Amino acid sequence: MIALLKRELTLALRNGGGAGLGLAFFLIVTILVPLGVGPDTAILAKIAPGTLWIGALLACLLSLDRLFQPDFEDGTLDLLALSPLPLEAIAATKALAHWLTTGLPLVIAAPILALTLHLPAQAYTTLILSLLIGTPALSFLGTIGAALTIGIKRGGLLLSLLVLPLYVPTLIFSARAVTLAAEGQSATAALLFLSATSLFILALAPFTAAATLRIHLN
Amino acid sequence: MSLWEYANPVKFMLLSGRILPFLTGVTAFCLLGGLATGFFDTPDDYRMGSTAKILYVHVPAAMMAINAWAMMFVASLIWLIRRHHVSALAAKAAAPIGATFTLIALITGAIWGEPMWGSWWEWDPRLTSFLILFLFYLGYIALWQAIDDPDKAADLTAILCLIGSVFALLSRYAVLFWSQGLHQGASLSLDKDQHVANVFYQPLLLSIAGFVLLFVTLVLFRTRSEIRARRIRSLQMATNA
Amino acid sequence: MMPDLGIYTTHVIAAYGATAILLAGIVALSVLRSYRLGRDLERLEKLRASKSDG
Repeated sequence: MIALLKRELTLALRNGGGAGLGLAFFLIVTILVPLGVGPDTAILAKIAPGTLWIGALLACLLSLDRLFQPDFEDGTLDLLALSPLPLEAIAATKALAHWLTTGLPLVIAAPILALTLHLPAQAYTTLILSLLIGTPALSFLGTIGAALTIGIKRGGLLLSLLVLPLYVPTLIFSARAVTLAAEGQSATAALLFLSATSLFILALAPFTAAATLRIHLN
Repeated sequence: MSLWEYANPVKFMLLSGRILPFLTGVTAFCLLGGLATGFFDTPDDYRMGSTAKILYVHVPAAMMAINAWAMMFVASLIWLIRRHHVSALAAKAAAPIGATFTLIALITGAIWGEPMWGSWWEWDPRLTSFLILFLFYLGYIALWQAIDDPDKAADLTAILCLIGSVFALLSRYAVLFWSQGLHQGASLSLDKDQHVANVFYQPLLLSIAGFVLLFVTLVLFRTRSEIRARRIRSLQMATNA
Repeated sequence: MMPDLGIYTTHVIAAYGATAILLAGIVALSVLRSYRLGRDLERLEKLRASKSDG
């Protein structure tokens, strides 16, 4: 499992795709919002939580369609399925690698971008916490979508249509948590709901993704 | 003799062919009757005025939008567990109907909301969850269309349907957390004191029956089409081979 | 014949109209597809029958 994780990480870093591109995309989205909305600090501060979270969501989507597709095409997936490692573990490892290369950089970059959006100072801890709890769920849900769309021509668009509605609960709880914190209220309830959602997804997604992969491998 | 007999496509075609003409008649009667009495023969509500008449399409459409997904959920489960092709095809046949009902509920709701709430759209939990449900329908239909191999498509869409059900429910409760509701509670309930008065109630029941029957009729009809399409596909493959 | 809908006439008619159009649409699409498939199937079955004869 660790070997597989290492392989995934080196592949992602060598392609230069995953990590860098997702981060750049996140940067662009959060820069475009003030350009569209106008430089009014009060408005920007109000919409900062939502903007950052939607940026993170979209950046996460970007590299999902390459999650299983190359391995499926060159037969690596068949080999992995034959290995003693259960498919569930493989799906979980893939999700983890995806999170390490796209989710984690977002968590680190978000506070810096939040500065430019004038997010109130008391909300930073909640922002980082919510991203830390929420983004793994995005990667894990992504594996389901990626597994469903293997082998479909131009599956990227379909992938977004399938995965984005699944992101709704995570988005609601996390953006709400940050907004509450920005308004100086307690975000604990929202964060707890977010944690529950994430844990649920983390437990469920590897099994679903593995079941989906089995359909493709038969 | 059990219910599973009808999972055989030939038997299904025979039986559905026999009951469809009858079913179509009853559907037309209930639907037209319910909507006509709703439209022509109900008094205005003292608060909502004549817009109360919109509820005769809005409420049944909204109910069936959810029930259609529930039916797809059950059909997908049956397909995954017992591998009956008719079941998978019925789920496929139901999706566009469910999407249409969702759209009707959203549109009539918007038309009702404009004079009553003073806006076409409110980010109310119920409205928002319906919009999300509509997205799920679109994704489901799109996934069916994207995959060539019919059995694989049935498997993958069944999984999507199950996952979608879980997340549609989760979203339903998540949006409650996110915004306070403007939408009123259920108009129907078994508790007599709760629900709307009789003059409104009877046409509503009739039009609900109409929508339910319309759904059943259309699902049977479209499932027949899907079975024919499958047969055409296998014939074509046989002749090309 | 026509009930008095008061100030909300356009709204009520629009709601019923939209419903009618959408329902008619899905019914029409279903019937059209069924008709096309029935025709194709008949043609294919004939083709197969003639092949097995010859």
